[in-house]
Amino acid sequence: MERLCPTLMTWFLYLATGVLLGVSAAASPEKTKKALKKALNTFVNILPPLTATLLLVSISVAMLPQKVIASLIGEESGFSGRILASLIGSLTLLPGFVAFPMAKVLLEHGAGVAQMAVFISTLMMVGAATAPLEASFFGWKVTLLRNGMAYLWSFGIGYTVWLAVKIWI
Amino acid sequence: MDIKPALKKWRIAIGALVFTAVLGAAFPESGRETLKLLGENVSTILGILVPVFILLGLFDVWVPRERIAPHLGEASGIRGIVLAVLLGASSAGPLYVAFPVAEVMLRKGTSLRNVFIFLGSWSSMRLPMVLFEIQSVGPVFALSRFAASLSGILIMGVLLERFPGVEDRVAILERFAE
Repeated sequence: MERLCPTLMTWFLYLATGVLLGVSAAASPEKTKKALKKALNTFVNILPPLTATLLLVSISVAMLPQKVIASLIGEESGFSGRILASLIGSLTLLPGFVAFPMAKVLLEHGAGVAQMAVFISTLMMVGAATAPLEASFFGWKVTLLRNGMAYLWSFGIGYTVWLAVKIWI
Repeated sequence: MDIKPALKKWRIAIGALVFTAVLGAAFPESGRETLKLLGENVSTILGILVPVFILLGLFDVWVPRERIAPHLGEASGIRGIVLAVLLGASSAGPLYVAFPVAEVMLRKGTSLRNVFIFLGSWSSMRLPMVLFEIQSVGPVFALSRFAASLSGILIMGVLLERFPGVEDRVAILERFAE
């Protein structure tokens, strides 16, 4: 995957965060403290699953020949690859912080763009595991409708991203 | 005493580490490749996660969800939709954290359509996350996914409000009406 000057982006991100943090601290030290505490908490919570996923993805990618990854979820895997990606995305509960690095490694090792976009979209919008919880708030009808529509639209997103990457990269 | 819950949290990570180490030792070539991949990713990820989490924390503390909710009612129109998208995009946490927030918003007068738009943008368009996504998979991938998600979320919001039928809508609203 091509990347648009990642270091520049990182610097910009740090700069923006620093400025916002400064403004926040000037406006309300307590609120800023609360925000930082929250940030630290999220960070500590995300570390174990992030570590596990990075390890497992790295060893899998290193062990599996690129051909195998490509035949499962590669560009040529076509519709069945997208279905596979969508099922994994719908059934698992992974935070984006874990999913994006994972997608990056897979993309660099034979996975298809459309398949990865479908995976990320279903991961974020469709939740089979959280459906009972969702239904307790909105009822089953709405829950099934929302998840169903999100599932179908994920394929549209996959196509859009594939098209965009094809045109611009 | 503190060590036990920590151990439980790290259980899977430790298992993954052992698994990876054993496999890496058995197949040295793959082991070296694994180390290379880990080295490439860990530093970038940790570097970018720090500002992303600080941004998420700041958003969470400063965005007054409760005060905005009443402005997202039936008559809020385009402005309400834009606000709902922004509210979702500036939040933190996985989708299941959003359901209770959505309940509070419904109680405070947000329309069903805007609640679904809020849920949609919460789930897939969070801004700090998009910055992270750009870093990981590149701007074309991230921004086209963002655009496609946004259009889908708006359509789904309108459809979800219409689909379930009036009686279901009334039932949901009544349940949340206190």
